[in-house]
Amino acid sequence: MTWSIKNKIAPIVQAIPPSGIRRYFDLIATTKGIISLGVGEPDFVTPWHIRDEAIYSLERGYTVYTSNAGMPELREEISKYLKRTIGISYEAEGEVLVTVGASEAVDLAIRSLITPGDEALVPEPCYVSYQPCVSLSGGIPVPVETRVENEFKLRAEDLAKKITPKSKVLILSYPNNPTGGIMTYEDYLPIAQLVEEHDLVVISDEIYSELTYVGEHVSFASLPGMKERTIVINGFSKAFAMTGLRIGYAAGPFDVIAAMTKIHQYTMLCAPITAQIGAIEALRHGEEAKANMVSQYDKRRRLIVDGLNTLGLTCFEPRGAFYAFPSVESTGLSAEEFTERLILEAKVAVVPGTAFGSSGAGHIRCSYAASLENITEALERIESFLKKIK
Amino acid sequence: MKELEILKILMENAKAEPDKIGVMLGMDPEEVKQIIKKLEDDKVIVKYMTLIDWEKTSCDKVQALIDVRVLPERGVGFDRVAQRIAMFPEVRSVYLMSGGYDLSVRVEGKSLKEVANFVSEKLAPLEHVQSTTTHFILKMYKKDGVILGDKEEDKRQVMIP
Repeated sequence: MTWSIKNKIAPIVQAIPPSGIRRYFDLIATTKGIISLGVGEPDFVTPWHIRDEAIYSLERGYTVYTSNAGMPELREEISKYLKRTIGISYEAEGEVLVTVGASEAVDLAIRSLITPGDEALVPEPCYVSYQPCVSLSGGIPVPVETRVENEFKLRAEDLAKKITPKSKVLILSYPNNPTGGIMTYEDYLPIAQLVEEHDLVVISDEIYSELTYVGEHVSFASLPGMKERTIVINGFSKAFAMTGLRIGYAAGPFDVIAAMTKIHQYTMLCAPITAQIGAIEALRHGEEAKANMVSQYDKRRRLIVDGLNTLGLTCFEPRGAFYAFPSVESTGLSAEEFTERLILEAKVAVVPGTAFGSSGAGHIRCSYAASLENITEALERIESFLKKIK
Repeated sequence: MKELEILKILMENAKAEPDKIGVMLGMDPEEVKQIIKKLEDDKVIVKYMTLIDWEKTSCDKVQALIDVRVLPERGVGFDRVAQRIAMFPEVRSVYLMSGGYDLSVRVEGKSLKEVANFVSEKLAPLEHVQSTTTHFILKMYKKDGVILGDKEEDKRQVMIP
């Protein structure tokens, strides 16, 4: 056998399967004239006042490291923001950590808590990063199914069935990508009870919190006794359309933030200063621009959900994030077949629900982070595609 | 509140259909139609227009902004002369301004000469008009909140996941 560096790759990394959506993205890249409802990224450009602050900071030469945990002014703003939005007080010094996107915060939280053999409960369908991160720490991701008939909410009885003596962490992500499901205070109450009973720690990824269209976003940390057990993760990508600036944060009990900061300081050192300055501006003066984007998403949400339902792709009403998650079962095609044929034959890109866990089977994720014109055109294309395959 | 929401949608897209507006705002399309009708009747919605980038067409257009100083009249101030100026079809808009002059008048014509003739033969000789300063518009970068020129490309790149 010839020598190959491939054999030197750590088994734990080799064991991680390639992303389920890569195949579709390759298809999209090679097909012309595609309308994409596939991207999980705002179609808005970062509001100008935020870009302007970032540019101005570059002009003045702010191109240096910041303190590991993030600029004190930013942590202060985050602390104030969390107080006014989810009603919880976090000390800017010690309970808030600024990270390179919410993704880094997820990784740090998991690495700070999971040791080999620990089980992490992950409600599915969900964002694709949680399970690989758990595996990389030697932990065992344990999927907990959520279903359309429950509006993709996490039900205590489903969670209880998956709890074992090895369960250590529960990863929540509401508003949910890909389903658009949310959890209310009442929905969370029995979950909090289980968390307490079984001595779990919760990582609550609330990146879509600002994109809540029905009622108010509820943070899991705001439930009685849960603040000390919860790491709240959020960021600027979705609310302020700042994806490429890679800026997020975690807030939680002092000891776990200290542990996360330890990993962060040896791996990232700090989040980029330009992005941190943009983030300060977003929290200080971004309310109006954000509200405007949310109101646009809400209109698109109603339009796409109505459109999909009219076409017979039944779709429960997503209450958060920017995804519709209709069922394609009526077409007789699997989510994967439907997605592939839709890309090739109708030139509309979506993502099969199975990319987000096996409970996503029979569904597709349609992002409405797209212009009204594109959504309308995509619906028309889907309509002719459905007529064709009947 | 709903009126404002409907107006915002129509301001962005005058072609938005009541059915779609209804879906977007979670309202009955009939109610949307009634509200639009009322807004039209009340002249809140004055006219449905199209924003055109004339530079991309074969049509020649010249526009000028003219600062006009006016002697106000007893009892009516600037109103009478402003309304008189507004009557000319060449005039696209008239505003009363604070500052160094009184009226800002936007005039449109087919050529420099046509606009210049309008100013010297029609506008300047008007009673109560004291002086005019004509600024020709050379290029339009943004109009009514819309940046003109080529459509901004979607810069989002392929990223997995």
